[in-house]
Amino acid sequence: MLLVEHFPVIIVGLSMFLAYTMLLAGYINRRLPFFMSLAMNCFFLFLSIFILDHVLTVGPIRYWQGGWRPPWGIEYVVDAMNAYLLIIVISIVILGLIYSKRNVEFEIEERKHVTFYTLIQLMAAGLYGITVTGDLFNMFIWLEIASLTAYALIAVAGGRALRPAYNYVIMGSIGACLYIFGVCWLYSVTGTLNMGDMRLLLPLVYDNKAVQMGFAMIVVGVMIKAYIFPLHLWQPDVYTYAPSTVSSLMASVHVKVMFYILIRLFYSVFTLDFIRHYIGLDLLICWLAAIAMLAGSIWAIKQRNLRRMLAYSSVSQMGYILLGVGLSPLSPWGLVGAAAHILNHAVSKGCLFMCAGAILQQEGLRDIRDFVGLGKKMPYVCAAFTIAALSMIGIPFTAGFTSKVFLILASLDAAQSPFVAVLLISGLLNLVYFWRVIDQMYFAGHGGTDNPAEAAPRVTSGAAKGGRPIPLSMTAPILVLASLCIILGVLWLTDIPLPLIDHILSNLRMEATI
Amino acid sequence: MMEWMVQHVVEKYNFWIAMLIIIVSLTATIVKKNFLKKLIGLSIFQTAFFLWVVSLGDVGRNILTSWGLKTQTPPILWTEAAEKGYIYANPLPHVLMLTGIVVSAATTAVALAIVIRIYQKYGTIEEDEIIEKELEFERRGVL
Repeated sequence: MLLVEHFPVIIVGLSMFLAYTMLLAGYINRRLPFFMSLAMNCFFLFLSIFILDHVLTVGPIRYWQGGWRPPWGIEYVVDAMNAYLLIIVISIVILGLIYSKRNVEFEIEERKHVTFYTLIQLMAAGLYGITVTGDLFNMFIWLEIASLTAYALIAVAGGRALRPAYNYVIMGSIGACLYIFGVCWLYSVTGTLNMGDMRLLLPLVYDNKAVQMGFAMIVVGVMIKAYIFPLHLWQPDVYTYAPSTVSSLMASVHVKVMFYILIRLFYSVFTLDFIRHYIGLDLLICWLAAIAMLAGSIWAIKQRNLRRMLAYSSVSQMGYILLGVGLSPLSPWGLVGAAAHILNHAVSKGCLFMCAGAILQQEGLRDIRDFVGLGKKMPYVCAAFTIAALSMIGIPFTAGFTSKVFLILASLDAAQSPFVAVLLISGLLNLVYFWRVIDQMYFAGHGGTDNPAEAAPRVTSGAAKGGRPIPLSMTAPILVLASLCIILGVLWLTDIPLPLIDHILSNLRMEATI
Repeated sequence: MMEWMVQHVVEKYNFWIAMLIIIVSLTATIVKKNFLKKLIGLSIFQTAFFLWVVSLGDVGRNILTSWGLKTQTPPILWTEAAEKGYIYANPLPHVLMLTGIVVSAATTAVALAIVIRIYQKYGTIEEDEIIEKELEFERRGVL
């Protein structure tokens, strides 16, 4: 199967080419870009399944661009972690596209539709690029493509989205600059930009201050992009006011890909040995994650706007993945937990943000206190919301439960029992803020109106007035994601994903022992 | 002391200057409340960073390669050049920063476009005033 080795570059190159073709096709017919993007992304999903199969059966794919050998040319490396993430990203982008069709007609002016889909496709191209590349500078280029399109996509909403979009431009650019600055520190010592080449050279100079400085800069830069707790300040406003499709895509895949950069940096450029013994960052990261998990949840409890609550919930959920990454030098379960939560959180949070967009579109509601009786008006959406919320809380046989089990196992395995307590407390806090929403949807309002002010309809803030019943094309992705929450919850407990986990661990560890 | 100064400061003055500009501009980016001043700070930050990286192209320092520690030479596979005694600067940092300049220009363009939209919407680009106006618009239910 020689052909499979070309698939990663086909996916990336074709999606870049497609984005510009879509822009031209938009002049012929406004509806064309959506269908082009949908068809091609389904094709990419098909290719990415072959890539995963190839990686699991044959081994990692190494593709030399233009035939130039690695230290000089750009290399694309796909191992089990990449292939797994690539499938997640492509499938969520497809579901997001299906969801966006009618949602965009409601939220965005018609003259902007063509550019909106072009930007979505370009963002997807950037995300695919980050996922498959094996070159640090090439990764920066894809990172900037994904980020610049995200800035524009947020600002498309206009109105209150503009100031958050601008803050994101500033913070995101500082983050990207710090990333490339760190890469150049590493380059100044090693003289190479290829990840595989760099990891062979770096162990000789782990004591070098320039290497440690470069590492610190890359970590901080990526942490700004992945809104790890103290650097999350740009994020809640962005997720609250961006178009629904963009919020759900950013919360479910954009940030996961940023996290992937961190994982790739820890395992494929540096070694766990460096992180533990030369800079002692592993437990520091774990405590940072613990603070993120608790602080994000506490802020989420304070929020009244549903999407702002979900945004703070994302801050706390990023803590889970970071905890898995931080525990991984001590226990292999840590990496399993992080990898599992990347998928589980993508599915659950994507579903929740899509539900929030659907509620806004049909009923025009943003405030949780207005959700009284919503369970009867929008039964499917509310049911999906409940399932996804239960998955976030970590009820058994939902997706979120399994990643929590993996993380608890990792904490016990690493003899770091405080984190078990943090995980359980964070789960309880999740229950507090999600139950408030479910309670309003299904149970509130039956006891009569003892407080007249509560019963009076609140003036809904925001330009969107609602009143558009949501079509099947929006309900279907929501229901698919909600059912995935349950299917994955069962699937992770069986031994079907075991080969994948083995390959992820061995691909990342095997390189770690070179 | 003098020797240390010469070795670490005078010989590497371009790195020190670049770092100084980076610190000043990063402070401006974070502290200033005016959106345009933030953007100017960001642009200077990126440019100073390019200066830092281009300085790396200077050959003759010791670096680590796949074949061990050796004096840095540019990655130019033209043996005749070495025989004739031509000295080239390392082109790779320059090429990387050409790409970096493109990225920087794109960032500035997107940011300026958003600033224009903000000015059309609020009539000001001071962050404090915009937040006040947002709250006022929300009370009136305009936004």
